[in-house]
Parts: sequence; structure tokens; C-alpha cells
Amino acid sequence: MSGIHDFTLASARDALKARKISAVELTNAHIDAIERLDGQLNSFITRTPDQAREAAKASDDALAKGEGGSLCGIPLGIKDLFCTNGVRTTAASKILGNFVPPYESTVTANLLKDGAVFLGKLNLDEFAMGSANLTSAFGPVENPWKRRDSDAKLVPGGSSGGSAAAVAAGLVLGATGTDTGGSIRQPAAFTGIAGIKPTYGRCSRFGTIAFASSLDQAGPMARNLQDCAILLESMAGFDPRDSTSVDTPVPHYEAALKRGVKGLRVGIPKEYHVEGMPAEIEALWQQGMNWLRDAGAQIVEVSLPHTKYGLPTYYIAALAEASSNLARYDGVRFGERVSAPTLDGLYEASRAAGFGDEVKRRILIGTHVLSSGYYDAYYLRAQKVRTLIQQDFLKAFENVDVLLTPTAPSGAFAQDEKPSDPVQMYLNDVFTVPASMAGVPALSVPAGLDARGVPLGLQLIGKFFDEETLIAAGHTIEQAAAFHHRPTIHAGVSA
Amino acid sequence: MSYRITGSTGEWEIVVGLEVHAQVVSEAKLFSGASAEYGGEPNTHVSLVDAGFPGMLPVLNRECVAQAVRTGLGLEAEINLFSRFDRKNYFYADLPTGYQISQFAHPIIGKGKVLVDLADGSTREIGVTRLHLEQDAGKSIHDQDPTRSFIDLNRAGVALMEIVSEPDIRSPEEAGAYLRKLRQILRYIGTCDGNMEEGSMRADVNVSVRKPGETEYRTRCEIKNVNSIRFVMMAIEVEAQRQIEVWEAGGTVDQETRLFDHVRGETRSLRSKEDAHDYRYFPDPDLLPLVIEQSWVDELKAALPELPEAKRARLEQEYGVSRYESSVLCVEQAIADFYEAVARGADARLAANWMLGDFFAALNRTGRSIEDSPVSAEGLRELLGLISDSTINGKIAKEVLEDMVETGDSASAIVERKGLRQVTDTGAIESAIREILAANNDKVEEYKGGKDKLFGFFVGQTMKAMKGKGNPALVNETLKKLLSE
Repeated sequence: MSGIHDFTLASARDALKARKISAVELTNAHIDAIERLDGQLNSFITRTPDQAREAAKASDDALAKGEGGSLCGIPLGIKDLFCTNGVRTTAASKILGNFVPPYESTVTANLLKDGAVFLGKLNLDEFAMGSANLTSAFGPVENPWKRRDSDAKLVPGGSSGGSAAAVAAGLVLGATGTDTGGSIRQPAAFTGIAGIKPTYGRCSRFGTIAFASSLDQAGPMARNLQDCAILLESMAGFDPRDSTSVDTPVPHYEAALKRGVKGLRVGIPKEYHVEGMPAEIEALWQQGMNWLRDAGAQIVEVSLPHTKYGLPTYYIAALAEASSNLARYDGVRFGERVSAPTLDGLYEASRAAGFGDEVKRRILIGTHVLSSGYYDAYYLRAQKVRTLIQQDFLKAFENVDVLLTPTAPSGAFAQDEKPSDPVQMYLNDVFTVPASMAGVPALSVPAGLDARGVPLGLQLIGKFFDEETLIAAGHTIEQAAAFHHRPTIHAGVSA
Repeated sequence: MSYRITGSTGEWEIVVGLEVHAQVVSEAKLFSGASAEYGGEPNTHVSLVDAGFPGMLPVLNRECVAQAVRTGLGLEAEINLFSRFDRKNYFYADLPTGYQISQFAHPIIGKGKVLVDLADGSTREIGVTRLHLEQDAGKSIHDQDPTRSFIDLNRAGVALMEIVSEPDIRSPEEAGAYLRKLRQILRYIGTCDGNMEEGSMRADVNVSVRKPGETEYRTRCEIKNVNSIRFVMMAIEVEAQRQIEVWEAGGTVDQETRLFDHVRGETRSLRSKEDAHDYRYFPDPDLLPLVIEQSWVDELKAALPELPEAKRARLEQEYGVSRYESSVLCVEQAIADFYEAVARGADARLAANWMLGDFFAALNRTGRSIEDSPVSAEGLRELLGLISDSTINGKIAKEVLEDMVETGDSASAIVERKGLRQVTDTGAIESAIREILAANNDKVEEYKGGKDKLFGFFVGQTMKAMKGKGNPALVNETLKKLLSE
């Protein structure tokens, strides 16, 4: 170990337990890094250094007594979609104003219970709606990675772009993300880190601001899968306050890392060879197959015939729910209000001023697909196709244990290369959306760099509640890929 | 006799269906732990879930589901083991989430029925289409500030049962009888207190008219939120009149939502079909489909109290009371219970007579309910016992009951205190009668001359002379004997 910024979450945990470093030291180093680098990255919406130092002090006290949970003294960042008691929560939207929740989300409460130290609230696409973190009311997040040949500002992906950038730049040891159609996996791939979208129902949604309730799922983002496993074990678990949370024991995920893939059947969905995919992505995918095969897995081609309907049906199902979920932001009870002489006027003015363009676009689409006369053609049909997509996976999993695909059809693009057609932007989610629609777990691990030096990720998709096999296969890829590249902007490097 | 309204073109029949919103009796709200109690300072029975705060999620209250199932059983309805909650989307200031959670496509209770008793002694079966669970909204208060409205979310999220009838109702009377019977069933089962003043039962009334013999329904109007049985009956009448006038003037009735103004005795358009909300119903993704077990339904069924219809039949059979008497006694469970407590160990038919007559009159006069009756069931039974064993006669008993209500003393104590024990000594009765007959010689002659009606006069005079305490049967008997001498 050459310095404090070389710690992973796991190695920091061990060093803390061994009292080789103090939690205060570790926390201060990260607070310094945030102060130094985040003016540029803009990964934080709200920083909470005072609370963090206090929590670190308490962690040191606990550690000194030989106490403390699995995350005691570990500095984390929290996507600003999780409500945090006493700390402003914005969903990266103006409409919430200075909303300070008087309650804690279950996921963050679990992390706190295990001793985590929160450094603040991380930037995201407004209401988690976006794939490039360009829709935040608090400004875009910059990807800490640069292309070799240019200084262009790259996007970190989205919607968990702040989480991804902060982890990649070493501002936090891990972060929470949420994934509705790829919002953990795609930014993880864009920033060269690992991220897990667990099975729907694995992590409670209580206290997490909803985008699309039937798809939203919290998950960990960290530098490697071991760190993700440690975080997931803390975040997951049954919660009676979320009716869709599933009452099944949480395994010791970290132990699954070393299981290996010998005899594992890895499916390659042929429909994921989409037209126009860059050759280097295809090549990376092939590389992934080779790594797994070399480690003893068997590679099997499978078919997920309804893949091509994934994206359109996702954008119907998710936006229908979003249009209803976001109705509560009306300027009446909390958040920003723009006064008007009539109630409808108050709604219109408050929502016009409070929501950004992408959120408005999605509310309109979602409202439309639920409207009388369109419901059957859009929403109902999308629900049927969703069932077919789920059946695709169930059928495939009769033959294979995991599926391997690229995470995204490209590496990170530049902020000014943002497609002008919003639908083009939606294509970023083409590989991640189907697993979300099915509710099955999936993860992304960094697997290499593209020709311009920007990271690329591979996605593994698993059976319901079998995150362990995913972690084992993902760790095999991690080891084979030996991805030790660092982004240009990084806490260990003087700016 | 069918109810008909006569217009300028002849007779019209009315067709009515009712949607009743009944507030579920439960400790907590449908999807939150906040108190469902009526009243309280504004916004004191509100959880973060009710207020629609970010990230808050609904969790179904199992007791509310049980209440819906019990009600379904009371309506002899199909219990759907699979049902689902949908979101009904619309914006209003007292609807915090911007949607109401309701059951649109898959209600928990399917087809059932309500048997109603009509004034002419006939009964009719009114079909129930469905019953579903949904949340109530909060309350907007517009009259406390010139420029602002206030919102009270105490009711937001309280569980309601929407009970939808078939369009089987054909008269205002039937509508009233249906509502009373429904309320009676809900109260018996304890699933809704049926208190229309506090708004725990409200009705939307669908009205259309047609010529007798027409088989198709004509366009209906919905009168929203009528909050008393009397107003429902009035609203049906005036709305039917209005529609008949429209049809008879050559116009057409437009499908619309209307309000009933009981002060002016008219209905007014609230919004037309074109302005109707598009509620964009879809399954609530925060909630799983509601799946219940038949065994649980069976358990709830086994624990149901005796229902009005069954109780009415049993009282008729067990106590030999008339159908009319037993239906009145069964209006409320507490009355039936009171009756049974009196009737066991007393003359059951006499008990029914007294309860329906003097006892109810005493309750009315004192403004008391059966629960805080000034006379206990035991007290009334004792009084009736004194009649049966000829200690007092019926007329004296009325006086004793009044005293009981006033003083709370027991019947026997009052009889002793006032010396009301009836005279059964035939000698005393005979001598009293002889005195009366002697004093009214002329009348005796008239009587004997055929003026039979004078018999009552002699009875009255005798009773008066005996201060009402004469045994009526003995007085009659002795009079007859002496007059025929």
C-alpha cells in the first residue's frame, strides 16, 4: 500500500479493524479529496463533512473497543435519491427545493447500522431519468476518465453518474446506486468500476425516491466486486415497509467471490449482437467468453427472442409508473411552490418550474400511454411483452447459470456528443433493460479499455436471488482482466 | 304496486343504482399505521405515507381486508381470492400522492345481494355488483381564509368499501330501504358504523327514467356524495322529474355528474361526460396482488355474528312475534339483544308489544338510545311479570313504566310505594259495581233496553271508582253478571 487512496473498501475495512489506520484519518483523506477534485467532477450535490467526521470519531471509539459493524468507519457516498434523515435530499431536481426528510431510507439505515460514514449526497440524473448524468438540476457530472487524445469532458453515464464518478475518482470507497433500466451498470461500465443491480425485491425501496416502482432496485457501486459484495450484504434484506421486498435470507456474498466458475454454464444471448455495435465491444465480449472458458466454464449460445422489444416496452412501463409516481411533486406539501390564483395554476406553475425537460418529456409519455384509448395498445401490451421477456430469461436459465453480455453499446461519450434525439440516448440501455424488465440480478465489471483509453464493462445476468453465482463469475473476469487502470482525475494523483 | 311518475306523455318508471362508500371500522388506515379515528385536530392522524412523502410506500392493513371479506359474506357475495389494487390518477390538493389506491379491475368482492323490506309488507332483492377497497381522500377547507385553502389529511388513506348495486332499484322508497338494510348489515357485522352525519357512509346515486315496458336503459346521471337516506330519496325524485321533463320536451338527457342541493330541492350539473377525468387506472406497482386463502375466509365466516335476516326469522319462530315486529326488533343488534333479554322468562309476545309501544316511546321521549336505556332489560322483564301474574293491570303498568324511567326504581318497589296492586277480591269489585249501578239506575235501564254500548261506561266508572286498580277481567265478568240479574 503506497497511500491512503490505494485502499479498497475491503482493505480499508481490514486496516481499520487492525487499527493500522483510524476512521478519522480515512474520512479526512476522503473529505480532502472531495474538496480538491469535486469542484471539477461535480459528483456531490450535498457534502456532509461535519457529520462524517463525527461518525468517523464514533467509529474509532467502537473499533477501539473491538466493536463495530461490517462497515465501521468506511466512507461512502449516497446517491441523492435515498432519503437521509436530516440531510437535504433532492433527486437532482429543483422541485424538491430544500427538502430535508425526517426519515431514513431502509438501505441507508442498514449501512449506518453497520457503521458506514456518509460523506454526502451524490449527483444523478433528475429523478434518475437519464443515461449520461446530463439532466441534473445541479449540473452535469464529469467522468474522471479522459480520452488519451483529447481533453473533452466525458459523461459518467447515468443515472447513478455521481456515484460512479465519485467511486472511480477515489472520493469515496463505495456508493449506493439505483438501477431502473441500467442506472448502476452503465455508469459503472463508463467509469471502470463494478456495480450490482440485485434481484428486484432484494433491497427495500422504502425511503428511496421512486422512478418506476416495479423496476427500481438499489445496489452497490465500488471499485471491485469484493467491495460491492460487502456493501450488498449490508444493504439487502427483507423490509416489512416495502410490500415488494422479498423475505429470503441474505447470504454472505463476500464468500461467493472465490467459488470460481468450474462447470458453470455461461449463456451468450445471440440477440445481443446488435447492428452497429463497435467491433471493440464485440472483441471484448469474446475476450470475456475466453476468460470464463479458460477458468473452466462452458460457453453456450442461448436465445432471448424478445430482446428487441425490451427497450420500447421498458420506456412504456417505466414511464407510465413514473408519470404517476411524480404526481406527488405538486408544490402543495413540500418542495418548491410557485403560487398562482387557482389550484390548477399552482400545479402548472410549480411543475413547470420544478421539473427539467427530460422529466417533463417522460411524464408526458407516461401519461399518454396510460390514457383512455391508448392504454391497451401501449401499457397493457407492454406488460404482456414484459412477461414474455421474463419467460425468455426463465427459459434460458433452464440451460445456463449466468448470461454474459456487454454492459453498454459504447464507452463513455463526451458531454457535447450527446445525441440530439432523446431516443438515441435511450439506446444506451439496450443491454441492461431486459434484466430490469425480468427482475433478475445483473452486474457490470470493468473488463478493458477502448481504443481511446476509456473503460468498457461486461455484464453478467443471473437467476432470481442468485447474486452469488454472478459475483463468482464476475470475480473470475475481474481477475482475468486485471483491470488496474486509473482515471485521469483521481484522488491519489495530485491535481 | 309499481312506483310510477306521471308526466305529460304518460307514466314513467325510474331506474336507480347506488354506489355506497362505507368507511371501514379499523384502528389504522388502509395502507398506513396512522389512526383511522374520526375527528381529531386537523392533520394529527397523518403518517408520512398518507402525506405522500418521497419514498413512502403503502403496506396493506390486513384487518381492512378482513372487514371487506366479512361484509362480502354478509351480502352473500362471491369472495374473490385474487384481487388487485390499482391507482386512480388525478390531481387534487387533498389527494397527496396524486392518485387514489383503489380496486378497479379486480375487486375483492363480486356479486351479492340485499333483501329489502317494503312498507306494503313485500320484500325485494337488490343485486350487489361488487365491493372493493379503496382509500379516502383528505379534506379541503375553503372558508377560513379569503385567498388560501387549508387541507386536513386526517381522513386521507382511511379505508373505504365502495359497494355498488345493480340498477335494480325502482323507487325512492326502495332506495331508502336498500340503504337502511345495507347499513343494518354493516352495523351487525361491525364493518362500518353507518354514521351518515360523520360521513362514514355516503352514496353516489345513478338515476335514469324510461317508459314502463322498455327493456333498454336510457342515459343516466350520477348524483355525487349524497349524505343522508332522506336526501337520497329526495334526489332520486327530483332528478327523475327533471329527466322526464327533458325527455318530454323532446330533448335528450346527457350523461353527467350532478350535485343535489337539498335546500333548493334540485340537482345541478357538476361536470359533463366530456369533462370527465381520465383516471389512467393501472395496477399499483408498490403493492402485490392480494391473494387470500379460502380457509381464512371460512374462519371469518364461522366467526360472523347472526345476520339481520336470520335473526328476524329466528325471533319470529322462537318467540312467536309477527314478521313486522321481528323486523323492527332486528333493526339494530342491540335492540334485538335487549328484546331477547326481556323475552326470556317473560311473555315473549307481551314483551314485543311493550318494547314496540311504551318502551320505545319512553326512549324517544327521553332521547336515549337502547345502549343507555333508563330501564334495563331486567327491569322491563320484572314489570311484564307483574302484568302476567295479575299484580297490576296494563293501564297501571304504563304508569309504573313512566315512574321507572323517572326515578330508576324497580317496578315492584313502585307498585308497593304507590299501592298500585290490582284488586282481585271479587267481593270488593262486586260492591264497587253495585254502587255504580245504584247511582246510575237510568243508564242500567237503557242498557237493559238494548243500548249495549253503555257497558264500556260502567267499566270506566268502576275502574275510576277503584282508582284503576281493578282487575279488568274480573270487572268485566262481574259487571256482566250483575247487569243480567
